[in-house]
Amino acid sequence: MTRAVMLSRESFVELGARERARALLDPGTFRELAGPFDGLTSPWLERQGVVPQGDDGVIVAKGRIDGQPAVVLAIEGAFQGGSLGEVGGAKIAGALELAADDNRRGVPTRAVILFETGGVRLQEANLGLAAIAEIHAGIVDLRRYQPVIGVIAGQVGCFGGMSIAAGLCSALVVTREARLGLNGPAVIEQEAGVGEYDSRDRPFIWGLTGGEQRHATGLADRYVDDDAAEIRDVVAQLATAPVQDTARSERYADYLQRIATYTAGDAVHQPDPATVRRLYGERQ
Amino acid sequence: MEQLRFEYAAGAPAARRVLVGVVGSGDLEVIIEPGEAGKTSIDVTTSINGYGRVWDAQLNRVFSAEPRAAMKIRIHDFGATPGVVGMRLAEAFEALDSKEPT
Repeated sequence: MTRAVMLSRESFVELGARERARALLDPGTFRELAGPFDGLTSPWLERQGVVPQGDDGVIVAKGRIDGQPAVVLAIEGAFQGGSLGEVGGAKIAGALELAADDNRRGVPTRAVILFETGGVRLQEANLGLAAIAEIHAGIVDLRRYQPVIGVIAGQVGCFGGMSIAAGLCSALVVTREARLGLNGPAVIEQEAGVGEYDSRDRPFIWGLTGGEQRHATGLADRYVDDDAAEIRDVVAQLATAPVQDTARSERYADYLQRIATYTAGDAVHQPDPATVRRLYGERQ
Repeated sequence: MEQLRFEYAAGAPAARRVLVGVVGSGDLEVIIEPGEAGKTSIDVTTSINGYGRVWDAQLNRVFSAEPRAAMKIRIHDFGATPGVVGMRLAEAFEALDSKEPT
């Protein structure tokens, strides 16, 4: 990429969550619901000495994408690592449920989720986990009618229960900065030991869980540059595509078979990125 | 975490509401809504304890410098320096005067 091309782009990664949502919706259609003036902050953080944010780190934006009704759910990674508590989680789950209701009433609302999250907010524990379970159910319900598009732009990535939400989406868009994993690197290192998983080894971490690898192994559908215009176009294309017959998460038996084949064979060595690509079937 | 409250004399209620910033490391969020005529109230929630006098000095300078509309202001601070606080307040006032829809 030349310097001129790079400078002419608007970075998507550098945008805040609200600006990201605005960048994806058709100009002039952005309308925020349950926003920062509506008094929906976390009731739990201040009691534990943590400063809250007016929107609890989640932006719910209704609008249109290429003229079609859409709701964008954007997580603000800069606030508490994009962690999901009771309020932010309920905002996403409620918006997904309302979008599914729209479809049952003949309004073809689709959804885009901008993942930038370490998963559940530990200070809100079970309430956050319950909300994430509702988000999972909401995605599975809505994706029958209209696409639910996930985007992991970076730099927080997408981990914990929300990585499952990403896996449930109709299609997933990632950048080179993105990371997707059930457990974050520091958690794996703590449990498995630094010899097996060194969370400070960035090439190693991105090699296994980064956007390029997740795309190459078929766990993400589109690999895009950090370019707001390109990401908008790719999201619009996916969000207006016909609903697929079989979601990736419904093909779980195939993934389980591949892992079973691997563990029956050479499972004594830690798999490297190339091994994982062979195992999952490298994208052509 | 510490909660502080400040009040200043002000003019007519602000014409609109404004949100700038994010509660991220070294940053803050400023939420402004129209206040009751004649009074601006500022509720600060900050992650850093013991800086009440610094907040008092800075906000006093900003809100006593020129007459401003009456506002109900909430500040959620996550360790911003006074310089960052000043820039976010300037950004908020600029948005308050803007004609673009929020």
